[in-house]
Amino acid sequence: MTEIYDLGIAGIRSGIADGDFTAREVAETFNARVSAAKPLNAFLVETPEHALAAADATDKARAAGETLGKMAGVPIGMKDLFCTQGVETTAASGILKGFVPQYESTVSANLFQAGAGMLGKLNLDQFAMGSSNETSAFGNVISPWRRNDGGNSDLTPGGSSGGSAAVVSGRIAPAATGTDTGGSIRQPAAFTGITGFKPTYGRCSRWGTIAFASSLDQAGPMAHDVRDCAIMLEAMAGFDAKDSTSLDLPVPDWEAALNSNLAGKKIGIPKEYRVENMPAEIDALWQKGIEMLKDAGAHIVDVSLPHTKYALPAYYIIAPAEASSNLSRYDGVRYGLRDLPDGAGLQDMYAATREAGFGPEVKRRIMIGTYVLSAGYYDAYYTQAQKVRTLISQDFDKAWKSCDLLLAPTAPSAAFGLGEKMDDPLAMYLNDVFTVPSSLAGLPAMSVPAGLDGKGLPLGLQIIGKALDEQSVFNAGLAIEERAGFVAKPEQWW
Amino acid sequence: MVKMTESTYRIQGGTGEWEVVIGLEVHAQITSKSKLFSGASTEFGAEPNTQVSLVDAAMPGMLPTLNAECVRQAVRTGLAINAQINKYSRFDRKNYFYADLPQGYQISQLYHPIVGEGVIQISLDEKDPDAHGKAIGVERIHIEQDAGKLMHDQHPTMSYVDLNRCGVALMEIVSKPDMTSPKEAAAYVRKLRSILRYVGSCDGNMEQGSMRADVNVSVRKPGGELGTRTETKNVNSMRFIQAVIEYEAQRQVDLIEDGGTVVQETRLFDPDRNETRSMRSKEDAHDYRYFPDPDLLPLELEDDFIFDCKASLPELPDEKRARYKNVLGLSAYNAAVLTAEHETALWFEQLLDTSDEPEKIASSAANWVTSELFGALNRLGVGIENSPVSPAQAAELLGLVADGTISGKIAKQVFEIMLETGDGAKKIVEEQGLVQESDTGAIEKVIAEVMAANEDKVAQYRDGKDKLFGFFVGQTMKAMQGKANPQVVNELLKKILG
Repeated sequence: MTEIYDLGIAGIRSGIADGDFTAREVAETFNARVSAAKPLNAFLVETPEHALAAADATDKARAAGETLGKMAGVPIGMKDLFCTQGVETTAASGILKGFVPQYESTVSANLFQAGAGMLGKLNLDQFAMGSSNETSAFGNVISPWRRNDGGNSDLTPGGSSGGSAAVVSGRIAPAATGTDTGGSIRQPAAFTGITGFKPTYGRCSRWGTIAFASSLDQAGPMAHDVRDCAIMLEAMAGFDAKDSTSLDLPVPDWEAALNSNLAGKKIGIPKEYRVENMPAEIDALWQKGIEMLKDAGAHIVDVSLPHTKYALPAYYIIAPAEASSNLSRYDGVRYGLRDLPDGAGLQDMYAATREAGFGPEVKRRIMIGTYVLSAGYYDAYYTQAQKVRTLISQDFDKAWKSCDLLLAPTAPSAAFGLGEKMDDPLAMYLNDVFTVPSSLAGLPAMSVPAGLDGKGLPLGLQIIGKALDEQSVFNAGLAIEERAGFVAKPEQWW
Repeated sequence: MVKMTESTYRIQGGTGEWEVVIGLEVHAQITSKSKLFSGASTEFGAEPNTQVSLVDAAMPGMLPTLNAECVRQAVRTGLAINAQINKYSRFDRKNYFYADLPQGYQISQLYHPIVGEGVIQISLDEKDPDAHGKAIGVERIHIEQDAGKLMHDQHPTMSYVDLNRCGVALMEIVSKPDMTSPKEAAAYVRKLRSILRYVGSCDGNMEQGSMRADVNVSVRKPGGELGTRTETKNVNSMRFIQAVIEYEAQRQVDLIEDGGTVVQETRLFDPDRNETRSMRSKEDAHDYRYFPDPDLLPLELEDDFIFDCKASLPELPDEKRARYKNVLGLSAYNAAVLTAEHETALWFEQLLDTSDEPEKIASSAANWVTSELFGALNRLGVGIENSPVSPAQAAELLGLVADGTISGKIAKQVFEIMLETGDGAKKIVEEQGLVQESDTGAIEKVIAEVMAANEDKVAQYRDGKDKLFGFFVGQTMKAMQGKANPQVVNELLKKILG
């Protein structure tokens, strides 16, 4: 019999509905998994009572014959970028240590409203800045996955949603929230063999989510499979008057419309994504993906996104520029860390607090962002980057004239070892090369697990869709999922 | 429009005359119940930090949402100065660190302001504004957030911060450097304040900080190249604005004539010493790193919205003044004085509204308001909105004069009693027996008595000493306790004295 902890959202939903188990049993199962998973360092805060309370509410509602919410009885992990009322929220930064919000982010509130409980707050790259979860002020998350070469070196779960990816792939949580600014949902999903979905910019409210780069940040689900992502995104998304960039549109019933028959769909293969030195295994996976989509009835077309090579440089100007301003509020005056040396004045307090509270990668991005916005450099960097962003959006618009979706690898490699890239920020930034363009254009995109590399590590394929056409992305993802038959799981070593 | 010529303001330096060039950036607090990007209240005078939302305190993850009322008020203000309304505008972040700025940036509009170029008519001549008017250009109006307030006197070693004002909506109204004297600057601020109060977009209360100005001053030889300017920040009274200009102009002239150069810098005004002091020079100036706020979408205005804003504007001071002159036939002076403040004009119009033929009573009513009422309000130290006498009561009083029931002189007496007791004019006149005597028989009788008592003077008058006529009028009026109709007295005396 399938263990409860192997179930995803849909499995838990039907198990509870059928009376196979109670929501409380589910919560207790995962609470125990969370307690036992400390070696992974995936949770910054554990909230077993929250999961139990939500479970009891679900059991009670079911007993009373009430209609259950989409996420009823599902205990999830919450990336610690979402402010949670009464639960410490730090964005994995020392500068927010001890900060307990008095408010609930819209996304977490929506999920709780839909019946989800919370197992705890998940580790991440500090302020979501990183691709390996190594910039957290509270230690790395260690991936549940290990190479099959007999070596036991610790691997990265990817980042910035590293804690989310680790717990879902390790069956420690059935699903988790993620946020994606330049690939922070998709790359860790690919590294850990799970499914991660970044919706169209504006689908999920950013209210109460700690900001990294406002024009790019989007919340999304990280779960076992496409169906779970569809269910969870329905619960997370929706118009929020408190976020001016939120889309005032109804949330479609993506789950109900799931359909892996791609007859009539045209899938574009962007030639510029065939980067130099791409590992043969990634290229082979991409070919496999093309075959799978053909098999599902899709027509494959070659497309060009000519400005792709400028996407990464533009992203690493725009995101740090916004971050440098967004992070100004962490000044030691009102909340979080305050470092006030003897006899210090206001400026000294700012300097000491920010010196002590921010990690090196955050400081690097604040400095880059400050530089590119400063007088005399603004036009050369920020304005140029915005023009590139427009050109990249136009590339996609042109591509949509000949196709409905794009297929590409999610990341240029499988998960790497912790510490392997920390000394080389540029090598680290290259992790985002396939995910950043769609972020800049605000398009929906997902990563689905599609195979293993030679060392037994998961690899993901990415599907990018038109703005607001999440449904087609889900459907193509489902087609790959059905054909890839990805069932690999990490062995439990922790 | 006649250019101002009589009041050319010049600084006399050792090397000759210097001209002063002035531009003002007026920060006007927008009248709205809640802040520009949050729902917190804007009411003045609340306990510190009681009107602070999560957004104002810049808690993690908080986002601004634009208050539509503030947009409406800015557009109405722009329309009131015939400015271009920009259908597309955008918010930018102005980044700097300070304890009164929780976000670490002020949301403002640098690149695409909501209001473009407009114009404000000023005049230095209260008696005849049209004859000595000048048009002052407005460069732009943009909307932005106010900062909080630091309090340095609450603790021996620490400063406290009050965020109540933080996030309150301001309009920054930027003039062109079109002013050339302290008086022009004061006239500009006065006129701007008047327009804002007519529109209802700012209460114009300078003491409470609802209006304050950054004063840009430079000097040059008349007609020469513009000099380097200094900017004196946050000047909060009409008098201080003039003092800053006088001080800065003189300081700059002295500096240049002593061989120095004016440095472009930000200065502060010290009202106790009546001088400005350097705050920071251009070299230490902040690099504000302006960029579009990614939390807010561009602001796009529909034609209907702008049309509704326009339709909601009241008659503005210049139109009203013209109407008072041309339609109501008021003197230029009365028209100017009565329209300078919206409250005054409203009060005056309520008074006119009591009549079926407002044009007929307009002139006498205007004279009465500008002399009698203003005098009384001045004495009592209250504004017209708190006048103890209502427009309806005033109409009753003026009606008694108009129909000859009482004389103008008695009217003054009745008005004093009205101010003291709050009673109506008719009641006072009846109770105190102040009805004017127009009965020729009664007056003739008194005249006869006066003539009998002053036979010598009658003889002198009849011998050609015309000046004595006034004496007889005075004696007759006195004998009748001022209640005689002076016109009737005059006529009868002329007839009887011959």
